[in-house]
Amino acid sequence: MKTYSNTGNKDTRSGFGAGLTVLGQTNENVVALCADLIGSLKMDDFKKNHPERFFQVGIAEANMMGIAAGLTIGGKIPFTGTFANFSTGRVYDQIRQSIAYSDKNVKICASHAGLTLGEDGATHQILEDIGLMKMLPGMTVINTCDYNQTKAATIAIAEHHGPVYLRFGRPAVPNFTPENQVFEIGKAIKLTEGNDVTIVATGHLVWEALEAAKSLHEAGITAEVINIHTIKPLDGEAILKSVRKTGCIVTAEEHNYLGGLGESVSRVLVENHPIPQEFVATKDTFGESGTPEQLMEKYGLNSAAIIEAVKKVIKRK
Amino acid sequence: MADIKHLEDLVIQTRRDILRMVHKVNSGHPGGSLGCTEFLVALYNEVMERNATFDMDGIDEDLFFLSNGHISPVFYSVLARCGYFPVEELNTFRKIDSRLQGHPTTHEGLPGVRVASGSLGQGMSVAIGAALAKKLNKDTHLVYSLHGDGELQEGQNWEAIMYAAANNVDNLVCTVDLNGQQIDGPTDVVLPMGNVKEKFEAFGWTVVEINQGNNVEEILKGMSFAKSLTGKGKPICILLKTVMGNGVDFMMYTHAWHGKAPNDEQLEKALSQNPETLGDY
Repeated sequence: MKTYSNTGNKDTRSGFGAGLTVLGQTNENVVALCADLIGSLKMDDFKKNHPERFFQVGIAEANMMGIAAGLTIGGKIPFTGTFANFSTGRVYDQIRQSIAYSDKNVKICASHAGLTLGEDGATHQILEDIGLMKMLPGMTVINTCDYNQTKAATIAIAEHHGPVYLRFGRPAVPNFTPENQVFEIGKAIKLTEGNDVTIVATGHLVWEALEAAKSLHEAGITAEVINIHTIKPLDGEAILKSVRKTGCIVTAEEHNYLGGLGESVSRVLVENHPIPQEFVATKDTFGESGTPEQLMEKYGLNSAAIIEAVKKVIKRK
Repeated sequence: MADIKHLEDLVIQTRRDILRMVHKVNSGHPGGSLGCTEFLVALYNEVMERNATFDMDGIDEDLFFLSNGHISPVFYSVLARCGYFPVEELNTFRKIDSRLQGHPTTHEGLPGVRVASGSLGQGMSVAIGAALAKKLNKDTHLVYSLHGDGELQEGQNWEAIMYAAANNVDNLVCTVDLNGQQIDGPTDVVLPMGNVKEKFEAFGWTVVEINQGNNVEEILKGMSFAKSLTGKGKPICILLKTVMGNGVDFMMYTHAWHGKAPNDEQLEKALSQNPETLGDY
């Protein structure tokens, strides 16, 4: 089977910062806003290089979303930066009315998503943001898997007209996708070929899916791993093509199973090709304090959990 | 020199439009619309520098944002009579397949509208963003906005008020319609806001008061003064004292007509107090 090597752990938020740095140099319409989390979001470089195009709004996320909407009037392409919780739940109505319904070209860039934020606990670990954002008409929802992909996605969304939710995280995780890749919004990436099961993963769970596929391969099970960085619009064709061959699927995400990637995949399946599905996701619960590894273990979001889900779903075929 | 007679004719015609629009669909918000008619007529016809055709970016022209979107009837009438879209389209207000939604939106592509509003408290932030874009584009035109006084109860406003002063957004003129009424009653009863002027000043804004907010000449005087204060490092707040339901005697000085349409008899009475000037749609 095709294998991938980790070129060194890196945080996805630094990929965002690096992408923003590139945009600062290449697209003069790109502006950035931050709600008192410049260091956490790795926006320091952009701020230093383009102070006139950088807006520190303070701890006032609702105002930040409105200002971002207004900046588009006059041709700017605003990138907002704060934690995923404060990028979505805290400002849902501002995004809904002033950005999504108003069709404003705002890029909502959200770090520290999910359990891997770690010790800060459930107040900051949003596991509902994909659901909140994917329900908004016209909103594109992206959850990238590593540093290189996050950098590429950041650069790509500036060229896409319309609101985008770009979700990434805090911890250093394996960096394994190609450097300087071209990021295609809405296009799934097949990482491994397999016949026995399809594993569709997003964000930090993509690497875990590859690790799971490696172990499964040794046990004689071949898994087709698909990196579904774009949750909306979902690449249903790629998923259907794979499950027509494998006959079952596991979805994996650092998010509640209600409202997440898994449910989007279920819809595509029941409409087109109903087959057994298992969900690797949090099960309608809040998180808690702990190290990222401990939390991913406790809430069943690692390669071991994916292997279990694969064994279960294959039996249901 | 402004043609006051023409503006006053426009005011009366706009009142008729508002009344007929809400009557026809038996819904909508006549009270606040009538209270802000003189202001919006003066703003669009005398105060703002506007391009002949509408485009979203609004480069090299003044911009306006309506934050209290429920007064859409007056906004639509003023936009239509400024030529943004045909006045006959006012017939479609709040009806299925219309660009004139209950609350204004860009979603149906209505010329003249640059952001959706209706959920209160969001317009000032958007206006600040547009003002910042103007500065980045080296466009010296101004950004205007209108807000209800009850709307100031929404916390986002105070985030925006703090930001605009701290960042010297001095190409921004935000008007607060001080009619003292909101849905559940007088603002002083529902949630007293204290001294709004002192609050804005404490946040670092320059405040201009227009005490006769239903008098076209007083509005023009106040807005001209406000304009002269822009570009001096501070955002400008206009406190516009208006009477809700102005121009229709039985709708004045009460919140009863905030979101209620007149019946046939009431419409006839209201229209008789405002005889046709420039022609009904």
